Formats: sequence, C-alpha cells, structure tokens
Amino acid sequence: MDFRDSPEEAAFRARLRAWLAEHAGEFKASGDDYWHQAGRWHTALYEGGFFGLSWPKRFGGHDLAPVYDVILDEELAIAGAPPRPSLGYLAHGLGRHASEEVQQRFLPGMINGTERWCQGFSEPGAGSDLASLTTRAELDGDEYVIHGHKIWTSYSDVADLCLVLARTDPDVPRHKGVSGFIVSMHQPGVEQRPLKMINGVSAEFGQVVFDGARVPAANMVGKPGDGWKLAMTVVGHEREPSTLGFSARYGKLVRSLAQTADAAGGKVPDDLRWAAVQAEMLRLHVRRRLSEQLDGVTHTSDGSLDKLLMTWVEQSVGHAALAVTGTRDRENLEAYLYSRAQSVMGGTSQIQKNIIAGRILGLPTS
Amino acid sequence: MDVRLTTEQRELRDAAARLADDLGPGSVLDLADDDRAARLEKAIAATGWRTLRSDGASGVEVALVAEEFARGLIDVPFVGPVLADDLYARLTAAGEPAPEGLETAAAGAATVAVDGIAVDAKGLRGLLALEGTQVLAGGVGVTVEGVDLTRLTGEVAGPLTAVGELDAEAALRWHALALVATAADMLGAARGGQALAVEYAKVRQQYGHAIGSYQAIAHLLAEALALVEGSVSVLRHAAWAVDELSAVEAVQAALVAKVYTERAARTICETSIQVHGGIGNTWECLAHVFLRRVLTSAELFPASLEEIDLGLS
Ligand SMILES: Cc1cc2nc3c(=O)[nH]c(=O)nc-3n(C[C@H](O)[C@H](O)[C@H](O)COP(=O)(O)OP(=O)(O)OC[C@H]3O[C@@H](n4cnc5c(N)ncnc54)[C@H](O)[C@@H]3O)c2cc1C
Repeated sequence: MDFRDSPEEAAFRARLRAWLAEHAGEFKASGDDYWHQAGRWHTALYEGGFFGLSWPKRFGGHDLAPVYDVILDEELAIAGAPPRPSLGYLAHGLGRHASEEVQQRFLPGMINGTERWCQGFSEPGAGSDLASLTTRAELDGDEYVIHGHKIWTSYSDVADLCLVLARTDPDVPRHKGVSGFIVSMHQPGVEQRPLKMINGVSAEFGQVVFDGARVPAANMVGKPGDGWKLAMTVVGHEREPSTLGFSARYGKLVRSLAQTADAAGGKVPDDLRWAAVQAEMLRLHVRRRLSEQLDGVTHTSDGSLDKLLMTWVEQSVGHAALAVTGTRDRENLEAYLYSRAQSVMGGTSQIQKNIIAGRILGLPTS
Repeated sequence: MDVRLTTEQRELRDAAARLADDLGPGSVLDLADDDRAARLEKAIAATGWRTLRSDGASGVEVALVAEEFARGLIDVPFVGPVLADDLYARLTAAGEPAPEGLETAAAGAATVAVDGIAVDAKGLRGLLALEGTQVLAGGVGVTVEGVDLTRLTGEVAGPLTAVGELDAEAALRWHALALVATAADMLGAARGGQALAVEYAKVRQQYGHAIGSYQAIAHLLAEALALVEGSVSVLRHAAWAVDELSAVEAVQAALVAKVYTERAARTICETSIQVHGGIGNTWECLAHVFLRRVLTSAELFPASLEEIDLGLS
C-alpha cells in the first residue's frame, strides 16, 4: 500500500500542474461564466491531453489507470479550475451496452467534447420509480418516433444529444419494455422548457418535451428491451464520486471558507471544522475506490454507499458556508442551497438507503 | 402554573391564521400578484395588530401573530412595525406626549433599522432604531428584495435623529421581544414548510403508493413535527418572559428559544425540500421560500449558543 504518487503519476501531476498554470486562469469555476464556458473548458482539457484519461485510446482516451482521474480532480481543485466535465457515467453506459458501431460513432465526440450530452431518464411521474416511465418510442420504417416528457434533464439547454429512455414494448413487464436511444436535440420534435433551481440558477437543468422527435433505429443502445440494464449502469456510476470528479472540490471549498472566516477575524465555526474532516474522508475514500478498480472490481450497489457519503460531505460543506458568512455572501448562499439537491439527484438518499439495506445488507423487505 | 393559551389568545391566533390562509401567497406565482398583496395590506392594517404593544398586548400575542403570518408567508410587514411600535410604547409609557418623529411609529407605519438596514420595510416610510439605549428615528429609502422573497429591506434615508432614551432594562426587554418575534417567524415558516411536505407526501405516488407510506418519508415528517413541538414550548416560555420575568431572564429565555428554533426550523425546511424530491429544488416550489424566510429571520437579531448562560461551568 502506498498513498503517494508513483514516479509516473508524479510526472503526470507535474505536467498537468504546468498546463493548468498556463491555461486554467481564463476559466471560471462557478457562477454564470462557468456555465457559459463549460464546453470550451472540456475542449481545452481534451486538447491538453487531460480528459478521458481512463478511457480507451481508440475513442480518444488515454488507457490510463482510474487513479489518474483522482490526480486530475485534485489538481483542478488546487488550481481553482472548473471540475472535470462529468460524463463518466454516460461513457460507462455506452461502453458497456452499445454496439461497436454506436461506440465508434458517439464515444469520440463525447470524450473530445465536440458533442455535448444530457441524460433523459426522469419524468414528472417517474423519478425514484424510474421504471414507470411513459415516454414511448414507436418504430416507423428505420426510425423510432418519440413522444414523452422528460424533466430534471441536466444541461439539456446546451446538449446536442440526449440519452433517452423510452418504452418500446408496452405489453411486457415494465422493466423489460424499455430501450435506450441517442437522440439529437436539434430537431423540430424537441421542445426545451427551462427550470430554475432554488438558488436562482437556470442553467442547471430543464424539461424536454419530445413530440414526434425522430431517431434512427441504429441509434438504439443495445437491443430493444436493454434500456433498463443501461439505466442501471449509468445511475450506478452516477453515484460514484470517483466517476463524477467532484470530491476534490469540497476540500477546496473548505479551505476557501476558512480563509473567509480568518479574514473576518472570526473563529473557525465547528460546522466548518466538521466539513473539513468529512471532505478529507471523501478524498481518501475515492482513492481507495479507484485503487480497487485496478483489481477489476466494478462497484454496483456500493455506489449507493459512496453517494450517501458524498451527499453528507456536500451538505456539511453547505452548512459550513452558511455558518461562515450566513446569507450575506451570495455565492455561499447559493452553494448551500445547491447542496440540498445532492440528496435528490442521481437517486435520492432514501433510495440509496433502500438499496444498501436490501442489496448489500440483505435485510428483508416488507 | 398553567401555560395554556387563553381563550382570547387562541382567538387571536385563529384570526391571524385565517387571514394568512385567505390572503397569503399560495404559490410562488402569487408572490408577484400585487392585487392580492394590496388586499392583504389593507386587511392587516385594519386589524391594528402592528400596534399590539402600544395597545397593551403581551409578547405572547405578538409571537402568535408573527408565527401564523410566517406560516402563511405573509408578504407585507409585521415584525418590523411591531418592534417599532414597542419602542414607541416604551418611550411614551410614562404618559408623556410623543416626541417629534415618532408619529409614524404610532400609526404602525414604521419599521426598525438593524445595523443600518431597514428590515421588513415594504411600503413603509418611517423607521426607528435602538442604539445602546438611545432611540433614533429616520426614513426608509430605496427598498430591495433580498434573500427572503416575502419581505423587502430598505436603505436608511438620511441621518437618524435621536428621539428619546430607554432605561437599560427597557432596552433589554425590547431585545428579548425582537428575539421572540423573529423566532416565532422562523417557527411559523417551518410549520408552513412542514405542512406543504405532509400534503405532498399524501398525494405524490411512486412505486404505486403515496410516498408518505414509505417509512423513510414518514419518519422524516414525524421528526419534523417533533421539532415543531419542541420549538413551540421554548417559544411560549420566551414570549411570556418578555413581560413577566426580569429583563436579563427574558433575554436568556429568548436566546434559548431562538437558538433552538433556528436549528429546528432549518432542519424542517430542509426536510420539506427533500420530501418534494426534484420539485423541491426548483424555484416554483414554495419549500425554498419558507427556508429563505427562516434563514433571514435567523440572521435578524442573531443568537448563538455562546451567549446562553446554561449554568454549566
Ligand atoms: C439537480 C438535479 C439534477 C438532475 N439531473 C438529472 C438528469 O440529468 N437526468 C435525469 O434523468 N434525471 C435527473 N435528475 C432527476 C433525479 O434523478 C430525480 O429527481 C430523483 O430520482 C427523484 O425523483 P423525483 O424528483 O421524481 O422525486 P420522487 O421520486 O417523487 O421522490 C419524492 C420523495 O419521496 C421519496 N421516495 C420515493 N420513493 C421512495 C421509496 N420507495 N422509499 C422511500 N422514499 C421514497 C424520495 O426519496 C423523495 O424524498 C436530477 C435531479 C436533480 C435535483
């Protein structure tokens, strides 16, 4: 066991640090500017050779061990740069379930940032109970026609493509009749309806109404009825802080809150100290999880444990932000309000606990 | 000992609750409905509750109305004018004629300024402030919407002029009332957030059942109600203490109420958001409006654990 960088990792870190010193300055890590520059940031990272580190070379990745993503996340946080674009869960979904042709067509653009993606799973009536989704896709020649209403679709307003879950067979048990499609967002049958979050931000997520949108049958991910398996892979990875690349950000937030408290001459509130300890836990947890992947361990239900841990960290950092500046500092207030969504997005905390109790602990269900 | 509300107090509470239910904003959209707000303003002005203190009412009555108004997200001033009226009542207690500059406070048409900001200032022109034991008067300048979507804060227009002096005890009692009124405001907002979530848990279905039938949700809401009840108890005591205990004791009781209620109310509002799932994290859901009101009232006359003399050392 060694928590330190290997010589290769250290060299990578040094190279990355030098690159960030030169390029990170022009990208904002929060606020409207962050949202507006998100696409350019992705491209810059990719062109610098720092994105898609653990993905296959043939799709534009680097075939490196997953721990390199940790180094990337840590250095981005230290440099005050925006976080790694979080696409890992979609890439994993396509990597595992899509045909070689679909992978060849879509993974390079996803990784190099020329095509931006969103995830159209949730619906107004189907949130936690995703399998009750009612969006339907009907075959018409060599195309499917999609009708339905998706909601909470993150970054839908800037996306080129949407990974849509839709029902292709209403006559089989509900988990079996769902298929996944890669749908172009630039077509008449796609209507965007913006949503505003409680922190006032409108760029986070939106609603997407599909009314006769068309998608080539060839853009199906896997076979008809494979949609549920795809969804489970995607949400499983969406729950892993190691895939999301957020974890290093918390340590940085904690340090900047401590500076604020210090500058105000006040003492460091206990809430902030606790957030610091929690952030350190998550940093170490992610290192452990990614190292385990070297053994080929793929985490499934364990993602639910990770998601809970991450949620607690994010929400304690939110409370720390409130404790340090109260509502007077707009950015800290927004960080606090945003932190409340962490226990909902990617599956709520209640659902994670149900999964842990049922699938990991093997507790009886009522 | 009998710490129940009197019949009159219950009637006052029910009347305030009815008014809030009838004319308060029932949705985020309603917040922008100026006609409704105008009708609400008229109705509240007619009750005379903004001058409860100069009419001889106790801290308990003030707390009851503040609580019900916050529960209904009443978006016209109450706590501000009541605190201004309390200063007015104290300055004129000895039967002296009102000093110049106090007339607006007398009419319930002034608010208070705290740290140079006129709080709860929507539509009000006058303001009073307490600095040390000195009462100052001035005018409200430009008002803006801040973190709280139901109340406006204003600039203090021009210099303040001294209009009188309180004795040290009266100043402490005023501070106790300010803590109590803002704690009652937090409690009311928390109750509103809790009720919203309970209703939602009864109607929102996932996996073929109302989400309230899942123990995870049911327990969150049950805990929230227990926190409400704890807050009611500390607050009742503090509201009574404003007029009935020594000034120092009144402030201590108020600090306990405020610290307890602040933690409880924030947790309750966070629970409300959680129970709503994705919707709870959107602007259009009232859950965050309750939370914002709690956060704002917590910071208005703040209280910290360190200030409470718990007799532990
Ligand atoms: C910021 C954000 C970004 C998001 N991005 C995306 C995205 O890009 N793509 C996408 O498809 N979706 C996205 N989502 C949607 C997210 O996955 C859903 O909000 C989530 O799954 C909950 O669904 P819901 O909102 O319908 O809440 P509901 O499922 O209605 O839940 C309401 C409450 O009931 C509880 N509950 C429900 N069922 C049970 C049960 N069986 N046991 C115990 N408690 C239960 C929940 O925990 C919650 O507290 C996003 C959400 C947020 C907040």
